Amino acid sequence: MAGTVTRKTTVGHRASQRGTEESPVIKWLLIAVALAFSAVFLLLPLINVFAQAFAKGLAYYHDSLWHPDSWAAIRLTLLVAAISVPLNVLFGVAAAWAIAKFEFRGKSLLITVIDLPFSVSPVVAGLMFVVLFGLQGFFGSWLDAHDLRIIYAVPGIVLATVFITFPFVARELIPVMQATGTEQEQAAMTLGANGWQTFWHVTLPSIKWGLVYGIILCNARAMGEFGAVSVVSGHITGQTDTMPLRVEKLYNEYNAPAAFAVASLLALLALLTLGVKTYMEWKQAREYERSQADSEAAKP
Amino acid sequence: MVRRKFNALPGFGLTMGFTLFYLSAVVLVPLGGLLLRACETSPAEFWRLATTDRALAAYKLTFGASGCAAVANAVFGTLLAWVLVRYEFPGRRFIDAMVDFPFALPTAVAGLTLANLFAPQGWLGQFLVPLGIKGAYTSLGVVIALTFVGMPFVVRTLQPVLENLERDVEEAAASLGASRLRTFVSVIAPTLMPALLTGFALSFARAIGEYGSIVFISGNLPFKTEIAPYLIVMRLEEYDYAGAITLAVVLLIFSFVLLACINVLEQWANKFQR
Repeated sequence: MAGTVTRKTTVGHRASQRGTEESPVIKWLLIAVALAFSAVFLLLPLINVFAQAFAKGLAYYHDSLWHPDSWAAIRLTLLVAAISVPLNVLFGVAAAWAIAKFEFRGKSLLITVIDLPFSVSPVVAGLMFVVLFGLQGFFGSWLDAHDLRIIYAVPGIVLATVFITFPFVARELIPVMQATGTEQEQAAMTLGANGWQTFWHVTLPSIKWGLVYGIILCNARAMGEFGAVSVVSGHITGQTDTMPLRVEKLYNEYNAPAAFAVASLLALLALLTLGVKTYMEWKQAREYERSQADSEAAKP
Repeated sequence: MVRRKFNALPGFGLTMGFTLFYLSAVVLVPLGGLLLRACETSPAEFWRLATTDRALAAYKLTFGASGCAAVANAVFGTLLAWVLVRYEFPGRRFIDAMVDFPFALPTAVAGLTLANLFAPQGWLGQFLVPLGIKGAYTSLGVVIALTFVGMPFVVRTLQPVLENLERDVEEAAASLGASRLRTFVSVIAPTLMPALLTGFALSFARAIGEYGSIVFISGNLPFKTEIAPYLIVMRLEEYDYAGAITLAVVLLIFSFVLLACINVLEQWANKFQR
């Protein structure tokens, strides 16, 4: 349909006459294929988790979750997240402040090191800590002499989780802090605020969306980490099994509904993470629109 | 004392110091320890351990399946990104939010549910297995799981580029007589190519290191469906530390090479965004 004389039109079916849209047949075919792909790869696995979890009924689901070993796994997962996420938030804020507000040599190297856990296989990450703190590791004999256990105990799990998840907060905060620049903080300082006041009252409000998003991503990954924790934990039922490890154990014991029951909690966590993220993006867009409208209205 | 660079804001020493301390304790020292241990094996022994038949089969599966999954993600990811950005249809916002689901879902749960879906009694398996498409305990299952975990990367890398595409270039092509297909191939696709390659490389890198979802769906049969990370765990359980560390270093080397390629790709892609 090339060469058609066009009139001044808005969007709609006229666009296909303008030559910038596909014919409706192609368009709906593409949509159908995309929806089918999404259904098979995104929705079906999600629905299957809950369907299989309740396969033996509500009572079995309830008993699976209240089993002492499963409950211990839930507690351990929550504990590990409660330790690693705040530590990583501290690191993320500090690193983002140093990287975004200052100029120094070696900045890109620092950013590369921060991105390292994304390119390292979780198993390799766990292996690194076994080499360091395992019985045959560099610190192994020292730890053994002092009766301290890191590998095959909770500290090792925390360490491995910290390694895997520390980039999340930093990577969310660095672009945000870089975008806001240093003028506001400098203005605050000329008005007499010290460093902490500046950070608390000026910087923190401007990064709050990035911070919240980084925290929930970090938390989701911390609770769901499997590979690295699997290597360092020793799989001691009731003591060093996190929820993902408990899912594996139940599955290997041919107790699929119980495995899916614990998995359903993790799936709920994923949905919650997505929900918070979507809500935040919506709120952020609303704030932006409102500030645009305000600046429009403020024009003389 | 004259400083060459004046930093107006306070806190550099504190934040930089803490950052470096944290990174050293969590990343650099453990990494160094691993590499130090790896140096204890002689080069000949290293080569022998890195190229055993079982290891070679594991590499083939890991890289081959990751490559297939990354290609599948490139194709369907482009489709999904295009449809999400260009069209309006019921459920578009829901699908857009759900694209991040593989990113947020723990890998163990992903492997568990995919293995169940494609098993002979599963919702999909009961139709596919009689047709000969065995998704569970095969290398196809590995590809499926890797496609799942890598899906968000291509879509999320392409969406901003597609959103910023200027329609007037397409209109110009149309007014010069190009068909819609020709416009897509000659005008739109080259603009997307840098971002697509970046998304492909990210998806590939993610797939290589993936462990949790694979161990549920592959059956972990040596020489057939055993991925390289799983072989590392096997060696650890046999207390073959040298073997495990050797394989880990091989994987690390490849990961770093891939990371460097991704950095180069992203810089190249950014040139087109300006």
